[in-house]
Amino acid sequence: MSNEDRISNWQLIKNGIFKENTIFRLVISLCPSIAVTNSVKNGFLLGVAVLFVQTMVNTTVAIFRKFIHPKIRIPIFMLIISGWVTVVDMVMAAYARAAYKEIGLYIQIIVAFASILARAEMFASKNRVCNAFFDGLGSGLGFLLALVLISFFRELLGRGSLWGFHIVQAKPMLIFILPAGGFLAVGLLMAFFNWIDMRFYGGKGAGGASGH
Amino acid sequence: MEKEFIKLFELFIAASIINNFVFTRFLGLCIFFGVSKKMETAIGMGITFTSVMVIAAALSWLMFTYVMVPFDLTFLKIVIFIGIVAAFVQAADTIMRKVSPGLYYKLGVYLALISTNCIIIAVPLINAEEHYNFLESLAFGLGSGIGFAISMTIMASIREKLELADVPGPFRGMPIAWITTALIALAFTGFAGLITL
Repeated sequence: MSNEDRISNWQLIKNGIFKENTIFRLVISLCPSIAVTNSVKNGFLLGVAVLFVQTMVNTTVAIFRKFIHPKIRIPIFMLIISGWVTVVDMVMAAYARAAYKEIGLYIQIIVAFASILARAEMFASKNRVCNAFFDGLGSGLGFLLALVLISFFRELLGRGSLWGFHIVQAKPMLIFILPAGGFLAVGLLMAFFNWIDMRFYGGKGAGGASGH
Repeated sequence: MEKEFIKLFELFIAASIINNFVFTRFLGLCIFFGVSKKMETAIGMGITFTSVMVIAAALSWLMFTYVMVPFDLTFLKIVIFIGIVAAFVQAADTIMRKVSPGLYYKLGVYLALISTNCIIIAVPLINAEEHYNFLESLAFGLGSGIGFAISMTIMASIREKLELADVPGPFRGMPIAWITTALIALAFTGFAGLITL
């Protein structure tokens, strides 16, 4: 692999984490950003599941991209995605039983994530295997980091603990554990990133404004 | 018979209001935020979603009970359900275009968005998980669809007003929509425990 390739791979990862962060910049695949982020552990586990699925789907699609007829590509992508989601679903059910009871439904729902299909369609079906792999890695990592960040604030404020360990003695703000707190936390974090963008980078703070 | 009917009604209310898909189960958020800018589109989306959800629930229940359980294929439920939903949506799209172009012109756009939506695939999965019978599956699908339509209408009516409000810079667009949703969700928390199934 030439030096140029390595730089572009690194850029692909960075692009997935910052510039095209699934949750904060593109604002798609939002369901789990609230559902599983009431504790860091759940957020982390789902993030890892998405990271794995995204990377494997991108790789598989890139390997078979020459054999997939363009007219039936969407059903084939869906099949590939659902195959990998089934793998993750079974592994989680076997090895993380306690957490699976809470987040099991959301792991199965990964199959309908717009972000995974969008990556497969826009990037993996047009690029070489290696690039597709790193693109999936970056986008999955961005997702994982966003989930961990949201759940960090929610667990700290709502329960006074992190990863199940109690660290704050004061009375917690219960609202952050409740469903409403999830929407509130994501809204505030999004506004915070918009503020950084406007204040320091001269952007228009469009994060999410055009998203859907 | 009457008891059965009351159970179905309870399931319907529970699915539509108490366990509202958007506010307590957090499903379908992409569509919820993306399409709730205008009242008209929100209502169109609500109607399309409700009908697709009921039919998808029925189809996947038949498939689950008469094919997957006897042949011991339940581990393939994710693959099969997404296949059913995608195939059905594609069929509905084609049929609607031929039979009723007027309706297609109004609702066709939303149909395309549906097949990759978590809320549609969640209904069959939850039905299979909870071992609902046929009528219960239908009631659950209908309740979930109507609950989604209700939440879309509430949100659209607020966002139409929000367009005119003077929102601080960083909060413009998505963030203020999220915070509005937080307040609605807080109100919906009040329904918790109304019916215990």
